[in-house]
Amino acid sequence: HSAGLHYPGASVPAYSTFCCLSGDEQDLNERLKRLYPAVNEEETPLPRSWSPKDKYSYIGLSQNNLRVHYKGHGKNHKDAASVRATHPIPAACGIYYFEVKIVSKGRDGYMGIGLSAQGVNMNRLPGWDKHSYGYHGDDGHSFCSSGTGHPYGPTFTTGDVIGCCVNLINNTCFYTKNGISLGVAFTDLPPNLYPTVGLQTPGEIVDANFGQQPFVFDIEDYMSEWRAKIHGMIARFPIGDRLGEWQAVLQNMVSSYLVHHGYCATATSFARATQTMIQEDQTSIKNRQRIQKLVLAGRVGEAIEATQQLYPGLLERNPNLLFVLKCRQFVEMVNGTDSEVRCLAIRSPKSQDSYPGSPNLSPRHGASNPHLHTGGTESPTCSNGVTPLKSKNRSSIKYPSASSSASSSTSSSPSSINYSESNSSDSTKSQPRSANSTQETRWETLEKKPNIYIYILYIDSEMEIEAEHYSNGVVDGSSARIMNGTYKHEEILQPDDNSVDEECSNGRQLCGGNQAATERMIQFGRELQALNEQLCREYGKNAAHKKMLQDAFSLLAYSDPWNCPVGQQLDPTQRESLCSALNSAILESQNLPKHPPLMLALGQATACVQLMARVRSGSCSFARVDNFLH
Amino acid sequence: MQEVTATSRHYVDRLFDPDPQKVLQGVIDMKNAVIGNNKQKANLIVLGAVPRLLYLLQQSSSGLDLRTECAVVLGSLAMGTENNIKSLVDCHIIPALLQGLLSPELIFIEACLRCLRTVFISPVTPVQLLYTDPTVIPHLMSLLSSSQKTQEYITQIFSLNAHTHKNTHDDAPLLCVQTSDHQTVLFNHSAVQHIAPLLISPSYKVRMQALKCFSVLAYENTQVSMTLVNVLVDGEPLSQVFVRMMQRDQPVEMQLTAAKCLTFMCRAGAIQTEESCIVLKTLPCLVRMCSKDHLLEERVDGAETLAYLIEPDVELQRIASTTDHLVAMLADYFKYPSSVSAITDIKRLDHDLKHAHELRQAAFKLYASLGSNDEDIRKKITDTENMMDRIVSGLSESSIKVRLAAVRCLHSLSRSVQQLRTSFHDHAVWKPLMKLLQNAPDDVLIMASSTLCNLLLEFSPSKEPILESGVIELLCSLTQSDSPALRINGIWALMNMAFQADQKVKVEIVGCLGTEQLFRLLSDPDNSVLMKTLGLLRNLLSTRPHIDQIMSSHGKQIMQAVTLILEAEQSIEVKEQTLCILANIADGNTAKDLIMTNDDMLQKIKYYMSHSSVKLQLAATFCISNLIWNEEDGSQERQDKLRELGFVDVLHKLSQASDPNLSDRAKTAMQQYLA
Repeated sequence: HSAGLHYPGASVPAYSTFCCLSGDEQDLNERLKRLYPAVNEEETPLPRSWSPKDKYSYIGLSQNNLRVHYKGHGKNHKDAASVRATHPIPAACGIYYFEVKIVSKGRDGYMGIGLSAQGVNMNRLPGWDKHSYGYHGDDGHSFCSSGTGHPYGPTFTTGDVIGCCVNLINNTCFYTKNGISLGVAFTDLPPNLYPTVGLQTPGEIVDANFGQQPFVFDIEDYMSEWRAKIHGMIARFPIGDRLGEWQAVLQNMVSSYLVHHGYCATATSFARATQTMIQEDQTSIKNRQRIQKLVLAGRVGEAIEATQQLYPGLLERNPNLLFVLKCRQFVEMVNGTDSEVRCLAIRSPKSQDSYPGSPNLSPRHGASNPHLHTGGTESPTCSNGVTPLKSKNRSSIKYPSASSSASSSTSSSPSSINYSESNSSDSTKSQPRSANSTQETRWETLEKKPNIYIYILYIDSEMEIEAEHYSNGVVDGSSARIMNGTYKHEEILQPDDNSVDEECSNGRQLCGGNQAATERMIQFGRELQALNEQLCREYGKNAAHKKMLQDAFSLLAYSDPWNCPVGQQLDPTQRESLCSALNSAILESQNLPKHPPLMLALGQATACVQLMARVRSGSCSFARVDNFLH
Repeated sequence: MQEVTATSRHYVDRLFDPDPQKVLQGVIDMKNAVIGNNKQKANLIVLGAVPRLLYLLQQSSSGLDLRTECAVVLGSLAMGTENNIKSLVDCHIIPALLQGLLSPELIFIEACLRCLRTVFISPVTPVQLLYTDPTVIPHLMSLLSSSQKTQEYITQIFSLNAHTHKNTHDDAPLLCVQTSDHQTVLFNHSAVQHIAPLLISPSYKVRMQALKCFSVLAYENTQVSMTLVNVLVDGEPLSQVFVRMMQRDQPVEMQLTAAKCLTFMCRAGAIQTEESCIVLKTLPCLVRMCSKDHLLEERVDGAETLAYLIEPDVELQRIASTTDHLVAMLADYFKYPSSVSAITDIKRLDHDLKHAHELRQAAFKLYASLGSNDEDIRKKITDTENMMDRIVSGLSESSIKVRLAAVRCLHSLSRSVQQLRTSFHDHAVWKPLMKLLQNAPDDVLIMASSTLCNLLLEFSPSKEPILESGVIELLCSLTQSDSPALRINGIWALMNMAFQADQKVKVEIVGCLGTEQLFRLLSDPDNSVLMKTLGLLRNLLSTRPHIDQIMSSHGKQIMQAVTLILEAEQSIEVKEQTLCILANIADGNTAKDLIMTNDDMLQKIKYYMSHSSVKLQLAATFCISNLIWNEEDGSQERQDKLRELGFVDVLHKLSQASDPNLSDRAKTAMQQYLA
């Protein structure tokens, strides 16, 4: 029986002919990402093909496990065979869709397309058993966990494309035939169903499209309707007679946000307009604003002084924060922006801290990517040498040490203080040395010899080698994310008129090119080293501190620190996270909220939507927080 | 009341103040007084405020502020009752406002347009007033570029002005049907080019009104529709712009109107029915509009538009019948007012009641379109819960619109042999149908009689009871109607009725119709009427006793009629049918003599035996063959006479004919001589 039988259409190219070509995997990824943006594939992978393991033996797979053919006897319904997709449909899809093209209807066209839960008998067509659902080609009936079908749609056969759409918001399913919706087939579907097809007679061949190709049915249009529905539900959420209460909450959120970031004038006029009160007094806001301006201007030494003066005991209670501030101060000395070197510099009276960004930039908040920063990437006119950041990092390949890539990975999250302990200590240690050696040939030609300084610093330092236990820093990463704000330079430095002019990058020199300043920097480095050792003794070793210190010192290993693998540190945008950490610490010391409620609410909403996906609430797909941020 | 009039009087008096500043303040106060107050509006109109306001509006000395405020107040008055509008129109507000559009001041123009818009929205305003002055339309076109407000008001005037042409009996799914004259006027003033860019206006209202304009312009207008397919909006074909407007996240009103535009373009032949913008976009969009999720008005509109879209195309009918359970979804249209709404919510009940008729007629229309060609779809429809009962009760509903739609639906389903034999008989649909035929308006009558034709087909079990109900007189009266469609249906039904009927029935038909009327029908200007009349004659003149009986009483007239037709300039089909009648006459016993004694007729038969049309040759030969048939009395004499007249030679020649049918027929006839 099996020999010499030819079924028409069997030689038709697979529905997904091109999927074997390189680049198509990427196309698929992009399409799936666009269709199901809320799905976290690390937690819940999407179905991409039929499972070679989860199928009955009469099923054969080919074409990257997208084509299914029947290879049993096909005598009666006992010879039915099914295959499930590799993964169940994640609830975070909201709306899920796949299509199956009938390549050949074979002998009798007993094909079933549908869904089934894990563990449902595969020696059956979809729909016949509990937790199994199918639409059958021979009679056009739908089978809802039962051996008896109900009249549902038209029959289907060779050449037809049948689509199956699962709505995870209302737990229904409908099918399509050649791009036309046939109406709801099933309701009250259970969670975690797998796309499933079943065949029953020889010659039956079907191809699946899980997103490898554009669909015949316009599923995105259907999705847009549900997105609009859910957005409408959110927009029309009934608040009844609590309107005033809500208004007060919203006003408080805006006001506290302004206050938090020290937008004193805006906050005052907002309070006036809304007739609300500001919790913090004006002087306090202005003090914080002043300190923040100093940090953002790179004048960290002054910022530390001001903090100690205005909030005595604060930094003593937060030695880690103090250390981070001092590290930054060192970096700013290299930069030539810290006041300790600026006052010594002969030819650099102007502030070098170019803080790029358009003049009207407001604080940024990105729930999904909170590490966005304006520096470099947004303003190519930056004179600080940090603009061509990414390409510089890429070109750092010429430094062969293993740590150069490690340090560039650190610098890739520029606006947060990185406490992660990703580098092995010997690679970090080897970096400056190997870098140093690459510079050796040019040693004598250098008019200034910055490399020597690093020796000076390292001579009496015993760098710790062992990896250390992570001890929590002043600012924990997750909280830094949501409070991150980018400040516009011009506004912050309003009183500092002479800082507007910027030196061109070619003229940049270590510590502003001043010998006395350089000496001061070396001395400061030593003090910093000593502080680190002291902290180690008191609180135990801190890998993050060590890493920070090494990165800072590494700057001295290069003739042009602004164009080196660790040059990222010199980017003014790096000041932002430190600035907000200091701001938070001050607020906390005044018994005020560490983070603005607005950002907390945002973070909470984001977390909520993620939680919805985990508890299988499909509407999370269309209620994403970034849809509402403009 | 006295008091109210007194205050109103005060408002009017202030319009006559000599101080223009006080007049302005008076108008402003009046504006604030009339907002939302219909009584106040009526009072002011009664007290003669309108002519004064119009006077102030037209005086150039009035100043811009005053003139603008006058237009605003008039617009506010127009927002009131229909009587208010009538009074305004009677005061010649329209020419005054149109005159105002010539002002250089945009703010004044906008106020005038807004008022005009409000006046024209009303069904009591004759739309013709916009077209009497030929300079108005071009000026409105030129104002389209002035501001978003002028765009909104003008497009609304263009798309709404046809409301007055609303016709309750019309098949069209449009609420407003514009006469094609007005379409042409707008088209000739480049309405398409002027309005197309507004489809991508930043203002939703402007986009929406522009879209409505296109739906009005394209309806049953091939010229406009053909132009529309070639229009680009910002580099994009108009049909694609409409498709985008049908996206599911767009407002329903926009989706529906865009679907209408594409439907009208498709029906006008500008877009092929198999194009994806129709099959995959317009059709599914309209099906969606029929779902429970939408407002009752939208469901009515959606169903009617869909019925119109798929009416001529069986493939679209098939696709629609499988889309989203449409056939079952429409059954829901009959459940208003629902029993729930009656108890719980009086307001809802009122709303449901208002739309119940509209919903039912829309569903019937769509069922009619769905079932007009495909047998499987018809079965699906009649299998729908209580469908036949619903049609039957629909036939006797008070609303004429529902009756008409129900009979259309019935007519569509009556094209099925299967349904005629089963559900039609089971539900005795003929009874309400017969009732409907009494004193119905023409459009209902046309549909009902057409359905009756099908019910009178010989295999229909309803034929007997219908005959017994005394329908002949009614059908005969239909043949005297002024409407050709009714004449055809009447005679067609009689023809079907006479097919293989008892002699009693045939006699009754002839007696009731009368030979005079029969003659009149044989000279009917409508060729189909003539054909069906000949068909009736042919059916009457079958089986020998019937032939002889009818020919003995009406032979003379019938022969006259046959002669007339054969001598006249008629189509081959008509002459063939006539020769067939003659052949039937020749088959009678005594009736034969009517031909044999008529030498002129015999010459005619001979002529047609040598005609260039094989069909006519065949029919004429049939006739001769019947005359010379052996086994009958007097066959010898007839054979001799015909031989003398040279028919044998003709038959001999025909037996050599290349057409096998014809040569066979001639040979069979020749054999009669040999036997």
